[in-house]
Amino acid sequence: MKRTLFDKVWDAHVVERLEDGTCLLYIDRHLVHEVTSPQAFEGLRMAGRKVRRPEGTIAVTDHNVPTSDRRHGIEEPESRLQVETLERNVAEFGVPYFPLLDARQGIVHIVGPEQGISLPGMTIVCGDSHTSTHGALGALAFGIGTSEVEHVLATQTLLQRPAKNMLVRIDGALQPGVTAKDLVLAVIGRIGTAGGTGHVIEYSGEAIRALDMAGRLTVCNMSIEAGARAGMIAPDETTFAYIEGRPYAPKGADFARAVAYWRGLAADEGAAYDRTVVLDAADIAPMVTWGTSPETVAPIDGVVPDPAAIADESKRTDMQRMLAYMALQPGQELAGIPIDVVFIGSCTNARIEDIRAAASIARGRLVAKGVRAMVVPGSGLVKLAAEAEGLDKVLIEAGFEWREPGCSMCLGMNPDKLTPGQRCASTSNRNFEGRQGPGGRTHLLSPAMAAAAAVAGHLVDVRSYG
Amino acid sequence: MQAFTILTGIAAPLPMANVDTDKIIPARFLKTIKRSGLGEHLFAGMRYDEAGQERADFVLNQAPYRQAGILIAHENFGCGSSREHAPWALLDFGIRCVIAPDFADIFYNNCFKNGVLPVRLPREICDVLIEDSRLGANARITVDLERQVVARPNGEQIPFDTDPLRRKMLLEGQDEIGLTLGSMNAIDDFETRRRQETPWMPAIPLA
Repeated sequence: MKRTLFDKVWDAHVVERLEDGTCLLYIDRHLVHEVTSPQAFEGLRMAGRKVRRPEGTIAVTDHNVPTSDRRHGIEEPESRLQVETLERNVAEFGVPYFPLLDARQGIVHIVGPEQGISLPGMTIVCGDSHTSTHGALGALAFGIGTSEVEHVLATQTLLQRPAKNMLVRIDGALQPGVTAKDLVLAVIGRIGTAGGTGHVIEYSGEAIRALDMAGRLTVCNMSIEAGARAGMIAPDETTFAYIEGRPYAPKGADFARAVAYWRGLAADEGAAYDRTVVLDAADIAPMVTWGTSPETVAPIDGVVPDPAAIADESKRTDMQRMLAYMALQPGQELAGIPIDVVFIGSCTNARIEDIRAAASIARGRLVAKGVRAMVVPGSGLVKLAAEAEGLDKVLIEAGFEWREPGCSMCLGMNPDKLTPGQRCASTSNRNFEGRQGPGGRTHLLSPAMAAAAAVAGHLVDVRSYG
Repeated sequence: MQAFTILTGIAAPLPMANVDTDKIIPARFLKTIKRSGLGEHLFAGMRYDEAGQERADFVLNQAPYRQAGILIAHENFGCGSSREHAPWALLDFGIRCVIAPDFADIFYNNCFKNGVLPVRLPREICDVLIEDSRLGANARITVDLERQVVARPNGEQIPFDTDPLRRKMLLEGQDEIGLTLGSMNAIDDFETRRRQETPWMPAIPLA
């Protein structure tokens, strides 16, 4: 039987198969944060249970934390309670934890790969849908709810039904100015926000192979926006070079043995996929969303679509609702839409490569008058690395805010929020109604496109900023 | 977990695709360390205006639907964030069943852990049920998990499918952790074998 990358990782983790095809799946790594874990730890406490494998678990705070100076603690009482609750729980249950003022603190999906905690061939879960990020290393990584968080804490396993295999192959090479973010937005635009439901997406092809790890992490991160719980990329030399030397990665002879194992994970020649989608990288332009679902995306040189052209009545109504929420007109050119806020950050785009991309556009330019532009590094270590390269100075001189690591304005549950009616060019992953704050309007795009929008004061084609 | 066997109730129509979990319960309400009390924030963005007043045009603010036990929607219900606060908020409001053409995977899973039944039915049938539900309190719908049928107000019965194991656990109100604890020997054996096969796999020391 020829197997895909997903099949191989799945098979290696099946503890038991139950009567209806449901499997008891072993979990290697459990990432824990403050928002989706308190009720799970409380469940353990009530039942008198322990964390089965603390050495496979890591906790960090990210969703709630302010991104301003944090040396004096968290002001907002509910957020503070959630963070303090996590700190009490990790102490009580003996779970490894990176505290808020530790340089290793950051967004959980930035921290895992950065520390070498997330490795190829592993099963990785977290109470957060963007756990799909870690699949870029060749892991099977997916988001779970709080009941499942408790299940993993107690048993180091999950009851799961196997997913179907979807292959997304990107042939050819990306054009200059086109990034991994544009690539994945184009994929979501093609297959739709439910196109991957029930599937694990494996990304392959020349354009994927050519991506660095940062780009691959961005692509897998947004798999969930196409409905797929997980995205995966077969590990290769790029992956191994990225992992080698990271704090929690295997060392010396162990690393060589690990690489030998990881090389065997790639899909067998001729392995079957339930669905295959092929895109040509050369056809992909810098992309930007216009609606309130990530599938509502178009090339920056395109226009806002016209609901009148939609035959299906409920789809037409949905589109009318989106355009009303976004305050956009059918036929309006995307380039030129004025913006109030620029957010460069999130588990999608807050790695050092993303900050370099933003800084390269910002260098020697100024943020447009009336625009608030913020850059939020994905971890304390990303922040330090950027500062060592002087990128913070470039960005600050251009008028950007340089902030502390966290989820920030991606999800509107910490002080970084849009106010009603504000329009934001954002490198995050969701443009849902109210996602960045009630009444806020989100346009998803790449870090370079976001920086260009900050300078122009409106959405603009980054290719004109050579 | 509360078992789900049979439910007869008022159904609220929400004919909208891609109802994401940020719509169901916005992130600013996730700062709780409890499971209860989220019902008042269910669909907050659509249900309340900027001053916090109820929007009269939103279905759950209308008289019969304040008592809704069932919600009927369009494609890809529950997409987006993995927050289990979404089924918690539905449950706390009193909704124990969502009927839609399809659901996002994580939300679908989360429902079963909380005694909430997600029912997949073809779009045209959902639209028929939505028409039924517009009759409000005069049109109660019955969802029977034992027999796997939805009964329309006119008595017509519509069959649906649920995975056998999930159905069994929901009917019995069985806790998954309780089930898995019965497999502890198998988990021990797996861990021993895996340590031998991948001895390079590092442990995470206490920081």
